[in-house]
Amino acid sequence: MHRKLLVSALLGASLFSAGAQAQTEIVWWHSMGGALGEALNGLTNQFNASQKEFKVVPVFKGTYPESMTAAIAAFRAGNAPHILQVFEVGTATMMAAKGAVIPVAKVMTDAKEVFEPKAYLPAVAGYYTDTKGNMLSFPFNSSTVVFYVNKDAFKKAGLDPNKAPKTWKEFGAAAEKLKASGQQCVYTSGWPSWMHIENFSAWHNVPIGTKQNGMAGLDTEFKVNSPLHVRHLTMLGEMAKKGLFTYSGRTNQAEARFSSGECAMLTSSTGAQANIRRLAAGKFEWSVNFIPYHDDVKGAPQNSIIGGASLWVLSGKKAQDYRGVAKFFAFLSKPAIQMQWHTTTGYVPITMQAYEVTRASGFYDKNPGADVAVKQLTNKPATENSKGLRFGNFVQGREVIEEEMEAVFAGKKDAKTALDDATRRGNDILRKFQAANK
Amino acid sequence: MEKRVVFRSAWLPYLLLAPQIAVTIVFFFWPAAQAVWYSFLLQDAFGSSTQFVWFENYQSLLTDSHYYDAFKVTALFSVLVAGLGILLSLVLAVMADRVVRGALAYKTLLIWPYAVAAAVAGVLWGFMFAPSIGIVTYVLKGMGIDWDWLIKGDQAMLLVVMAAVWKQISYNFLFFLAGLQSVPRSLIEAAAIDGAGPARRFRDIVFPLLSPTTFFLLVVNIVYAFFDTFGIIDATTQGGPAGATQLLVYKVYYDGVKAADLGGSSAQSVILMFIVIALTVIQFRFVEKKVNY
Repeated sequence: MHRKLLVSALLGASLFSAGAQAQTEIVWWHSMGGALGEALNGLTNQFNASQKEFKVVPVFKGTYPESMTAAIAAFRAGNAPHILQVFEVGTATMMAAKGAVIPVAKVMTDAKEVFEPKAYLPAVAGYYTDTKGNMLSFPFNSSTVVFYVNKDAFKKAGLDPNKAPKTWKEFGAAAEKLKASGQQCVYTSGWPSWMHIENFSAWHNVPIGTKQNGMAGLDTEFKVNSPLHVRHLTMLGEMAKKGLFTYSGRTNQAEARFSSGECAMLTSSTGAQANIRRLAAGKFEWSVNFIPYHDDVKGAPQNSIIGGASLWVLSGKKAQDYRGVAKFFAFLSKPAIQMQWHTTTGYVPITMQAYEVTRASGFYDKNPGADVAVKQLTNKPATENSKGLRFGNFVQGREVIEEEMEAVFAGKKDAKTALDDATRRGNDILRKFQAANK
Repeated sequence: MEKRVVFRSAWLPYLLLAPQIAVTIVFFFWPAAQAVWYSFLLQDAFGSSTQFVWFENYQSLLTDSHYYDAFKVTALFSVLVAGLGILLSLVLAVMADRVVRGALAYKTLLIWPYAVAAAVAGVLWGFMFAPSIGIVTYVLKGMGIDWDWLIKGDQAMLLVVMAAVWKQISYNFLFFLAGLQSVPRSLIEAAAIDGAGPARRFRDIVFPLLSPTTFFLLVVNIVYAFFDTFGIIDATTQGGPAGATQLLVYKVYYDGVKAADLGGSSAQSVILMFIVIALTVIQFRFVEKKVNY
């Protein structure tokens, strides 16, 4: 008797709740914490308010590697989210996961939503497109590496604060002067491999790996031990020895050292701007510039490549759900939404249209430097070397490169040995990935 | 007199043991068996393609010089942690044992760090010694020492050893204190009457009587250094710089969880498992004989 009552009560409750949520829920796992998370929730709220049929539910799952690991585990257990935000180094892993992901181009055409891959900046679209020209994931938050200068420190060292060094030669001279003026930390860099190997290669139009930086096949090999790479890393090693370069770790730890005024020059993500603007306000003047280049390299500077993340659609859901995903992506593609995301977060506007709209709004006049990243990404038409990169298990590969770079900065290895070792160890990882994804 | 409990029923003892056995099977044997199975597989991240590769994962480990480096780092780390941890806590225990007034306060304070989680200990030490903002760094810089564990491997090692030892001292301290208190006073007094000074008494009477405790702590400390220090590493150096603090257990985590290489990671944990088994065998073979219950 009691049990019967309970069962019917439960049944009634579940029927009722099903009636209350006739909306189809689309689950989105992401890694945008803090202010970025708020901006992201703003987007989904706007979408949910704009229509009745679907409801996008954003879930913060920790850092990029954490949410990717969580999604892989969830997929193996059969309850993955619809949309997963994956950082750029995870791209190859996702692309190789046949059966686990649905190309975004297919999701859009199946749902008959308008989708124009050509609208995206080539440096953005290229990163997420396969060799046949299909866009596999939806570009969302893209950044690139830029060069920050503390103008007050430049003034103190007798340098022209409005002329940031353009080449590494000028950079070296400025660094010496800054040091002589008593600057404790002259130069530091976030994301050492991303800046000094990956973007460095694209910026000088040299390959990071064979097969179009891995884009044309899994049988790619690293090429990071070229004479130019060795020369650059040797230079950094010497700067470290002379106290002109201070190493700050493998992620964005360097940014805090610049925004506190400790370091006078910084290369790191465009995403650092929001924080620097806030922390340096009233303390010192600063500027955003193109990253330096070696002026004797033919064709340099080329264009820089992106970082950040894109949205992947995971398989195994109902067709109706994917219509919702497509609708949401169409919403995110709108120039006004793109501009909102770009201006609130500091990420790059990823379509030309969004950039134009933002410029017309006068945002760049009020926030000088906010458009440096776009200009750098589109500096020249992208080549095979500057479209991006795609290496299997590059989370591990990048770590190997960074380990070897650290050995150089610590004076334990010379640049040639370190980069030879990085190439050899990196290739082992690539071969293993190739074997696992035959 | 028979000390053992004798059951008349044939099934009751098994029933009473069942929960414990179930826990052991579900949380220990099953995952261990899975690790062994996975160590023979090569899978992509999402598990959509699986190949049985026999010993390939082991082969690639044993030909990787960086894996041997992780062994060396782990050996150095565990010797330092176990050695320093035991030495310091023995000194502290001897001191605390002699204190008469306020002994309880000293003892309590010395036991406190044990309640701190490994990750918290890591963050704490990491902050104090942070290369640009650390308070200790500031003092060291004033003394002319170039402290920067982000790039200097030996300093990074020193930092994690300090944090790990600091956390383990309490545990060792407790055991040593208990050991010291069970040393018969009559022996010490007899030695004193015979004219032996405090140092001599410690060397010839107290320390030999403490030796079972010391040996037990040695094994426990080495196991601690092998496995429980994961949190400290993850919160500070994350294995860097250039692999200088890459312990075996951290590499298992990194390769498996972050790099999504389950096969390689499983092979490493199987190897680790054998190391622990060896350590446990040593403990039971040699220590149990010497310990007087």
